[in-house]
Amino acid sequence: MPAPMMTTSAEVSWEFMKIIVAIKQVPARDSQLKVAPGGKWIAEDDLTFEINEPDAYALEEALQLKEKHGGEVIALCLGPARAASTIREALAKGADRAIHIEEENVSALDTLAVAKLLAAAAKTEAPDLVLTGLQSDDLGYGQAGVVLAELMGLPHATIIMQVEATGGSLRVKRELEDGWFQHVTMPLPAVLTIQSGINKLRYATLMGIKKAKTKEMKTLSAAELGGTGAPAAALASVYVPQRSKQTQIFEGDAKTAAAQLVEKLKFEARVL
Amino acid sequence: MSVLVIAERTPQGLHKMSLETVAAGQATAKALGVECATAVAGPADGLPGKVYRVEHALLADYTADGFTAAFEQLIREVKPLLVLFPHTYQVRDFAPKLATRFGRVLISDVVKIEPGRFVRQLFQGKLNADFAAASAPSGDAPVFASVQAGAYRADAIEPTAMEVVTFTPQLDASAIRQKPEPPFRESARAVDLTAADIIVSVGRGIKEKENIPLVEELAKAMGAELAASRPICDNGWLPMERQVGSSGQTVSPKVYMAVGISGAIQHLVGMKGAKTIVAINKDPNAPIFEVADYGICGDLFEVVPALTEAVKKAKS
Repeated sequence: MPAPMMTTSAEVSWEFMKIIVAIKQVPARDSQLKVAPGGKWIAEDDLTFEINEPDAYALEEALQLKEKHGGEVIALCLGPARAASTIREALAKGADRAIHIEEENVSALDTLAVAKLLAAAAKTEAPDLVLTGLQSDDLGYGQAGVVLAELMGLPHATIIMQVEATGGSLRVKRELEDGWFQHVTMPLPAVLTIQSGINKLRYATLMGIKKAKTKEMKTLSAAELGGTGAPAAALASVYVPQRSKQTQIFEGDAKTAAAQLVEKLKFEARVL
Repeated sequence: MSVLVIAERTPQGLHKMSLETVAAGQATAKALGVECATAVAGPADGLPGKVYRVEHALLADYTADGFTAAFEQLIREVKPLLVLFPHTYQVRDFAPKLATRFGRVLISDVVKIEPGRFVRQLFQGKLNADFAAASAPSGDAPVFASVQAGAYRADAIEPTAMEVVTFTPQLDASAIRQKPEPPFRESARAVDLTAADIIVSVGRGIKEKENIPLVEELAKAMGAELAASRPICDNGWLPMERQVGSSGQTVSPKVYMAVGISGAIQHLVGMKGAKTIVAINKDPNAPIFEVADYGICGDLFEVVPALTEAVKKAKS
């Protein structure tokens, strides 16, 4: 029989982790986007919305950490009233409770304003760990997590592909460029931005969906959290980009188009 | 009053996007009628003009806390109007934190800079947007922006005599909370996509793993290597080593055929150097058509089998 392992307090695994996951609701991936009259944002009327994909991976990572270490997962979402559907889905997947910072005009806020609201809501919870996706699929600033860490006075790491928590510290695998990775250790509490593909996403079960209806969803207003303040950067106009390259599009049915393309590959690109 | 470009150094040398950002900085400085200077943690070689060489033993290995503290001190000393970064993974890790210290946001991943106007892509490249700093830049609150890969050309740099100024920040080891370990690669790459003449690459449009053989057959008929965009590898439908893009391989084959790939910037940076780009996609507004020479706008489940057939015929 192997000898019992000696453990010091620093090696003891966490028994209870309080994890906040910041999630955002964005237009569904395949949406046909149109610029709204006024040219400041997109027309949202005919769109369907879903959880920002990297945030879905952050939520899954939080749920797996909770399953491993025990604890609580709180979904935190800044968004208009419609975002409640995405929050319910997070609860159905296994988040224990949720905080909805209800604000209609989120697209007009810059990351600093967004992070200030998220930080104000997160601070009162005193979490051990805050997770969020590495960027949003709509505005794509890619910095809410980093700014949130700075505002909360916490260490952070970005583009994370693996999370191990032991004792009071965290060892994560950061993705670098060109297929390189790096492990980084830091003390808890901390903020991580999660890369898509870190884990395998779960679906909500029927039981989960049923349970979600009874879970706590606290709604706060931006004003209750100190307001949005003056922006540091302003979105002046949104427009369809001009094509810089002339693409030759082959029309007709699949067979006709394919034949035209093969002609080009053979005689212009000369690869066939 | 100046534009300050914060260049990035990798173990292999200057990050290739550093010089593109210097080109962006020089062009913007010229338009604003101010000087352009560069700063880098570590050796200054390869950079033109005035270079602040930021020197400290605690900057030998990158950490977000260390770099933020060091460059905050430099910026407070130099007082530039505009601070530009290459939009690299490292910059994404610390520049937003740095901007926050000055009450600013990082206007990230910009494709074009004009005085008072920054152009960024939204919705993964489907739309563009103009951004502006909400208040005028000052020496105490410069504007921060990062420049997208390929947005500016490194060969546009105006050669100027190098003048190196060493800057030594005050850093406290105990204030650096991240402890980094040496970078590593998962395994030796078994597939070298960079050597391929023809690449057929598959994206989300393929919908299910069971449909991958459809594209595999096209690749085989064309004598091409099979590659993929990130979500396909994330799902485990193809191995990670076949991934093209910022986190995978960067390729420049004779022909790159993108099947069901919308063309998010993270993918485009890995393949836009291809000589001929072909896009097959059902969405006529997909950003992949921005870079494509030839395109078929249609259902890949009809187009790909027809194409495989036509290729076989052309080769026989």
